[in-house]
Amino acid sequence: MNIPKITISPRPNVGKALLAGGAVLLIVAALLAWSYDSTILGDLSISGNPAPLQEFAIVMGVVGLIEAALVHRRLTSLSWWDTTSSARALAVGTLVYIVLIDYNIAYQSGGVINLDPGAWLALVGALVMVAGSFLLAPVKVTNQLKVHGANWLEIVVITATLAALLFMVAFILRGDDGGSVLAALAAGGTFGVLLFRGGFFTWLSVAAARHRPVIMLGALVVALLFPLTQNGTDANMSIAVDIAIFLCAALGLNIVVGLAGLLDLGYIAFLGTGAYVGAMMSSAASATIGWHPPFLVVALLGALTSAVLGLIIGSPTLRLSGDYLAIVTLAFGEIFHTAVNNMDGTNGPDLTHGPNGIAGIPDLNLFGFNFGSTHNLGSFTISNYSNYYILLVLVAALIITIFSRLNNSRIGRGWIAIREDERAAEAMGVNIFGLKILAFAGGAFLAGLAGTIQAHATPSVVPDNYTFQESSFLLAAVVLGGMGTVVGVALGATVLKLLPEKLRFIEDYRLLIFGLALVLMMRFRPEGLIASRRRQLEFHDEDENLADIVQEEHVDEQKANA
Amino acid sequence: MSTATRRPRDTEFASGKGEVLLQASDVLMQFGGLTAVKDVNMTVHEGEIVGLIGPNGAGKTTFFNCLTGLYKPTSGEVRLAGEQIPPKPRKVVKAGMARTFQNIRLFGNMTALENVMVGTYCRTTSGVLTTVLRGPKFHREEKETRAKAQELLDFVGLGHTTELLARNLPYGDQRRLEVARALATDPKVVLLDEPTAGMNPQETQQASDLIFRIRDTGRAVVVIEHDMRFIFNLCDRVLCLVRGEVLVEGSPEQVQSDPRVIEAYIGTGDDDDFDDDDVQEGPA
Ligand SMILES: Nc1ncnc2c1ncn2[C@@H]1O[C@H](COP(=O)(O)OP(=O)(O)OP(=O)(O)O)[C@@H](O)[C@H]1O
Ligand SMILES: [Mg+2]
Repeated sequence: MNIPKITISPRPNVGKALLAGGAVLLIVAALLAWSYDSTILGDLSISGNPAPLQEFAIVMGVVGLIEAALVHRRLTSLSWWDTTSSARALAVGTLVYIVLIDYNIAYQSGGVINLDPGAWLALVGALVMVAGSFLLAPVKVTNQLKVHGANWLEIVVITATLAALLFMVAFILRGDDGGSVLAALAAGGTFGVLLFRGGFFTWLSVAAARHRPVIMLGALVVALLFPLTQNGTDANMSIAVDIAIFLCAALGLNIVVGLAGLLDLGYIAFLGTGAYVGAMMSSAASATIGWHPPFLVVALLGALTSAVLGLIIGSPTLRLSGDYLAIVTLAFGEIFHTAVNNMDGTNGPDLTHGPNGIAGIPDLNLFGFNFGSTHNLGSFTISNYSNYYILLVLVAALIITIFSRLNNSRIGRGWIAIREDERAAEAMGVNIFGLKILAFAGGAFLAGLAGTIQAHATPSVVPDNYTFQESSFLLAAVVLGGMGTVVGVALGATVLKLLPEKLRFIEDYRLLIFGLALVLMMRFRPEGLIASRRRQLEFHDEDENLADIVQEEHVDEQKANA
Repeated sequence: MSTATRRPRDTEFASGKGEVLLQASDVLMQFGGLTAVKDVNMTVHEGEIVGLIGPNGAGKTTFFNCLTGLYKPTSGEVRLAGEQIPPKPRKVVKAGMARTFQNIRLFGNMTALENVMVGTYCRTTSGVLTTVLRGPKFHREEKETRAKAQELLDFVGLGHTTELLARNLPYGDQRRLEVARALATDPKVVLLDEPTAGMNPQETQQASDLIFRIRDTGRAVVVIEHDMRFIFNLCDRVLCLVRGEVLVEGSPEQVQSDPRVIEAYIGTGDDDDFDDDDVQEGPA
């Protein structure tokens, strides 16, 4: 993520002029045709009628102009904004974005020769912007943590950020070819890094803490409104449901890994346990248990079964050192997979129908509300999958609430103490074993709960949904996103589940890419994309500077709360 | 240059006349062929300060580990207020004995206040349901915990460090924070393992003062130290441990003048720590 420090002597005025000039070129370019072929990347062929991807380029140009205007830093209210770093991020991101698009056009239409003038002009504009941004002088910024706007303004800004995020996700979901999705990702990434470099997210982290309840509610509303962006179609909603299930599981795993610091390599088996309980007790023709209680009872049973399994595995293992847990959970995941694959009546009870799984599970019916049918909300249609999506978002909200309440409590402090120094924690009277088993079985409980919903939301429950690979993806979502933070894990889960769906061409290289991403992350940012401050410290134990920053932030936060 | 002076007792606890709080009988600790602690007997009364001295490797820390359940003694028994202590650190704390560590073991990435709050863990009861549902009990207990932790920080003189990360505190403050954390467990007996190691004379003076104040709250204190002047000014009774065995036990005056003690120190080449001049006149 680090943009290399270039040590050319700064020429602010030249830099400013180049940045602005490049931005203007970019905007002009966006109004021209980039390709003669209207089928590429959603029609970039009409001059004067910018396609969405060209609109992004216009936004980048406009932001470039704004940055150029801010270079002399006369606006004291923005003295915290790092113009130079953010302008560089913007310029480099824009260049990557344009190169991606140009490459795509050239690739699809048979050669660089087929790029229309607009595409060339955009490239030149981006290059000029890069040159200009690196001539800007480094700036001294005021502490972003101390920025304190009017309450309403802060809430508006944060809400706008959330809305922009929703828009980006919806846009990526709408993309139907790999090229568009990749370009949209590059655009999103550019804006993200721009804000990060400018110092916006540093401010956001404290400001969000100031308005926590409002933000949580806002995020929930945004997530619940998402189906409305889909015009009642199910194509994307089924992906969204998959993501939501994956997210619920990742959030549960986050309690185990992120809070208690336990490495669980077979977590998907707990989701599977819930799903199988849900399927076996559903009223499907192939259900194997004759008793069909209402769903709420089934959900509770599924969660409890999962938790009991967690207790059985956890109680002997959690008394030993951490490595044993990893080994045992790994084995448990495999045993689960093998067991459900074989409980088909040949060698034991016919509970799961073996590899065929339990199919034809009917839609949920909660208090007379049928999840299988569409509902109308004014002029909007809420489809089949949207129903499940909304339920799952509520479950995720529940898990997040449990997570944060546990985190900020006696129990949460106990978990941190265990992660910091297990022996010292024990010598101070913390119930190590009790807290570990609580996290482990509690995590299993939540995964089981999510599993019972999954049974109804997906067409069938089969063993191959619950393999080690799934467990490792869950863990990757938690680790990449940021252990111990809700936002990070939500981001990790969404990215990890969404990208393979949308970028079909990476399907074969999926494992390779994730492996690589993990290795790179471990090297450069082991605390994850969005890290909790404490986790960041744990991973950078020798970094005294960071410790000071964190402390300052913490003191500020306390003041803000007081 | 201040020299710690024996402070008169200002409480009802007359020297050594309180009830017996801690009784270790014939504690033996062997690691394979090595006997680290050999048949040590120690009795500690309410409101008493007992010192434990001895050259490096004498087995002082190991003895503490046996008392606090970190090690299970090979044989012998430890009674706290009449009850045999359970061989689990957590249960020992619950029974009323807390300790600090020779090499500081704070939770570095937690704030000073949070560190002390962890100490109250065994005296609070909010469970999962209370925590998740955030009932009135949760808020009451959380508030009490916070207030108690702050009070303890003030007590050890760290009232200004509440929101600072433990790792950012200066060395001397970290030692005091460990004491506050131990006190948060509401102990009857406090075990301090070299509480003034690495402190300057002024901080050492403050540490004696702090230990007296802990004693004045009715607790018993057992202190391991190499700083003889500190120990002899502080303690009501001193045990000298050599090669795992109690060599001498008695009042500071008795131990101080016992030739065997001096010899034990000089014999191990550890004469920096025990020097008669040092004891009487302060550091050179
Ligand atoms: N877990 C263990 N396994 C093996 N030997 C041990 C163990 N713990 C302590 N010992 C040994 O027991 C002896 C006593 O060590 P201990 O740490 O108790 O000494 P000490 O009196 O605290 O010394 P110091 O003044 O240096 O702190 C040493 O020889 C040490 O090597
Ligand atoms: Mg020692």
